[in-house]
Amino acid sequence: MRTRISQIFTRCFTIALLVAGWTATAAAQEEGKPIREVIAAATVAESSAKQRELILSLKLKPLPEAVTWFDQWKGGEIFIYKDAAGLATPVLLSGAADGGGAFTTIRVSDGSPLLAADGSPVRIKPKEVEAAETDSGLRKVMKEVADLVALADPDLAKRVRAIQDSAIGQKAEKLPALQLLKTTEKHPKALRALDESISIIQLRSSVAEERVAALSRLGELHSLSAFDTIKTILAESEKAGDKAMIAASTGALLKIERHISRINAAGTAFRGVSLGSVLLVVAIGLAITFGLMGVINMAHGEFIAVGAYTTYVIQNIFGAGLKLSPFGFSISIPGMSLGEGGMGLYFAVAIPASFIVAALVGIVLERSVIQFLYKRPLESLLATWGVSLVMQQVLKLIFGSNNVQVSSPSWLSGNWTVSDIVFGWNRVFVIGFAVVIIVVTWLVLNKTSLGLLIRAVMQNRNMAACMGVRTERVNTMTFAFGCGLAGLAGAFLSQIGNVGPSMGQLYIVDAFMTVVVGGVGNILGTVISALGIGIADQTLQQYLGNPVIGKILVLGAIILFLQWRPAGLFVTRSRSLD
Amino acid sequence: MNKTPLTSRLHLPLLLAAAVFLVAVMPMLHAFGVIQDLTLSLWGKYICYGILAVSIDLLWGYTGLLCLGQALFFSIGGYMMGMHLMLMIGKLGQYKSELPDFFVFLGHTYLPSFWKPFYSFPFAVAMVILVPAVLAYVFGFLAFRSRIKGVYFSILTQALTYGAALLFFRNELLMGGNNGFTDFKTIVGADLRLPETKRGLYIASALLLVVVVAFCKWLTHSRFGLIQRAIRDSENRVLFSGYATANFKLFIFVTSAIIAGLAGSLFVPQAGIINPSEMTTEKSLEAVVWVALGGRGTLVGPVIGAIGVNAIKSWASRAYPDYWLLILGGTFVLIVMFMPKGIVGLPGQIQGIIQRWRNKNNDEAPTVTEKSTATDP
Repeated sequence: MRTRISQIFTRCFTIALLVAGWTATAAAQEEGKPIREVIAAATVAESSAKQRELILSLKLKPLPEAVTWFDQWKGGEIFIYKDAAGLATPVLLSGAADGGGAFTTIRVSDGSPLLAADGSPVRIKPKEVEAAETDSGLRKVMKEVADLVALADPDLAKRVRAIQDSAIGQKAEKLPALQLLKTTEKHPKALRALDESISIIQLRSSVAEERVAALSRLGELHSLSAFDTIKTILAESEKAGDKAMIAASTGALLKIERHISRINAAGTAFRGVSLGSVLLVVAIGLAITFGLMGVINMAHGEFIAVGAYTTYVIQNIFGAGLKLSPFGFSISIPGMSLGEGGMGLYFAVAIPASFIVAALVGIVLERSVIQFLYKRPLESLLATWGVSLVMQQVLKLIFGSNNVQVSSPSWLSGNWTVSDIVFGWNRVFVIGFAVVIIVVTWLVLNKTSLGLLIRAVMQNRNMAACMGVRTERVNTMTFAFGCGLAGLAGAFLSQIGNVGPSMGQLYIVDAFMTVVVGGVGNILGTVISALGIGIADQTLQQYLGNPVIGKILVLGAIILFLQWRPAGLFVTRSRSLD
Repeated sequence: MNKTPLTSRLHLPLLLAAAVFLVAVMPMLHAFGVIQDLTLSLWGKYICYGILAVSIDLLWGYTGLLCLGQALFFSIGGYMMGMHLMLMIGKLGQYKSELPDFFVFLGHTYLPSFWKPFYSFPFAVAMVILVPAVLAYVFGFLAFRSRIKGVYFSILTQALTYGAALLFFRNELLMGGNNGFTDFKTIVGADLRLPETKRGLYIASALLLVVVVAFCKWLTHSRFGLIQRAIRDSENRVLFSGYATANFKLFIFVTSAIIAGLAGSLFVPQAGIINPSEMTTEKSLEAVVWVALGGRGTLVGPVIGAIGVNAIKSWASRAYPDYWLLILGGTFVLIVMFMPKGIVGLPGQIQGIIQRWRNKNNDEAPTVTEKSTATDP
């Protein structure tokens, strides 16, 4: 019998297909039964045809449990225990072997222990009892059910992935399972994937109408995964001179191409906005120190680095601790080893910490250097450049010259797809963070008394002083605020880029350009110019396919833009000259 | 306050003696073996840096334009000379090809057409002058026309340098990419490794320095220089007096770019290498440090600053690699804050302080002139 079955191996699948039709009726009686009961019945079924029928009935309930049972079956873990009356019961071994190598058993059908007539547990020796066997036809059927189980995974993402994978190779034998699934599937995403996969497979159908219909459906679906396949189809039908197919595939390709260009445009705009947000976060501090105060802070980038390193230290305090050896001293910061939950929290602590640390460094710098240079902007540029050299070197001596590892929360690495446009969570985070910072800055400048003082001093220092404003202190606070914002930018950049002693240098030129284009002394101008530069940069990059040329063109465009508006987008009007 | 006190006080004979020492005495000492090849080359490079510093001083010290793109003009001059030197290697390169090595490395089979004229030395020299000049003219025209000045000018030149460096880092520019040009063999037929060639290059650099300083001295002491300094101190008043300040600034900007380019062209054969890391903003700022340290608005100060800082740098960056940048940065901050006239202005500054202190002790009102020299912005 075994040999005969192996001879009809190739026919098995055809049988299975036919079976698929009438399992609906055959399985009706099996329906309410739990999977394990079906399995139990199958192991002791009288013929292999009946076995296959029972297994196929599981297709109506494609649960992962079935696959576990198949594995046990195939692995020879199910034994057929025959009692004195010759009644066969499929059992699993349970517990440990006793001295004689015998095991107690449980029934496959319901998991209850198998008891002899006298109520004592039945013990069997694996070697003496027959294990449930499988033949190749049965295994084939099992595989089929297992495929369906994978396709019907309760986890949506996994299910969609499995459905999409099933289209690879365009194998017609995958069709029935997909079509069956389509009748039960509820979720639109999975349904769409099903439609797509079915159509892709149908592109190889022997019926011409079906092929054309599949093409038009793929066009409607804007199927990206079918793009290359349709191209191949087009080439083949051109060779064969099949007019209908050529027209259908060209139409489908056109639709998909249009969809692709829409996606690209949307993706570019999104990346542009997120790049703009990075620029904005980096430049907003500079808009305060340079824009409002007129101090050219070349060390702005180093304040960003200070913020990033603060984040790094906080992360290590929450984690395993940190050992540093600056200037020959060795400092050991103990860690709290908070594990996963704590690591999720560290960033919430790092954000205010990075602001405060950078602001404190800013106060020191303002009191020691900047305060002497308010009337000499060029000198402030040079002095702060000297400061930036010193700060970089100090960071290098404390933390080493290599980049340090700042882990970002795992949720940042995911993404969110809306009609094929991928929104990475990190970019969404970037934009959200920028919005928060802008709102906070605006509130501080416009709704607090500190903001009022800042604006008053920046507009007319002498007048403010005459009104009793302590301008020196306001200067310090303003500078510290700007530096704190740079620190925030650092905490934020630590999540999306490298953290190293000279990380600030990467952003400094862009930040200055952003502020200059926006119009010095105007926060709104900075927002608009950051977004504008970001989008222009990404768009050029998209069209030129070369980030460097894009960047150079943006720099050139900025120089030309300043021809048109020398004082930037928004001009602060004043009657003073020089 | 706008006089340049030290140069007028520093007597001409002293300057001449320094010039003779650099141009004649050093090479002679080298010829007699007192000075090693290495030292002479090193000084040759320092002198090129000194010329670069003078070009910055002409712009910043005398016209008030802080350009952070001088390193760009310097490197472009260097690159132009480098192209000629690369072609002069001929078949002596690694790959034994007529093409410069990096072309072979990148898989090019023929020389791009814009490289061909560089076989001629006069053409290369013309380009050393022309390319920085044209670049400075175009950029300066745009910048000065829209009255970009002060820190905005600095930031824009910084962006220009940044963009150019990004461009030169690309292999597509066909200028050697990341690695730039190196392995030069000969210049106008002379082997670069021979002491005589080294001496020749050194003398050329020293002569150029003397000529440049003399030229700038003449320029800044002419009527032109007066307007130049007037622009520095109050551009609007000059403008309202009927001078086209943009043209004056453009002239100075182009002149200074040419000087920087010439310095670069002499630097490259002596350094034996030119790559895009020479044209970063940091290099420009470093050169500004020399000027600030030596004393801006003095012409001699920048040269002293350039040679001094580089000599100390080559020693300190080996002796104290960790602390060198701390020292440089710190010193620079102090100098910017407290010594606006740099080292050269230090005697005058001290004199001023002593004078005021004395005046105070004598219960006399401090004289206006002395006070203003001490607190010159």
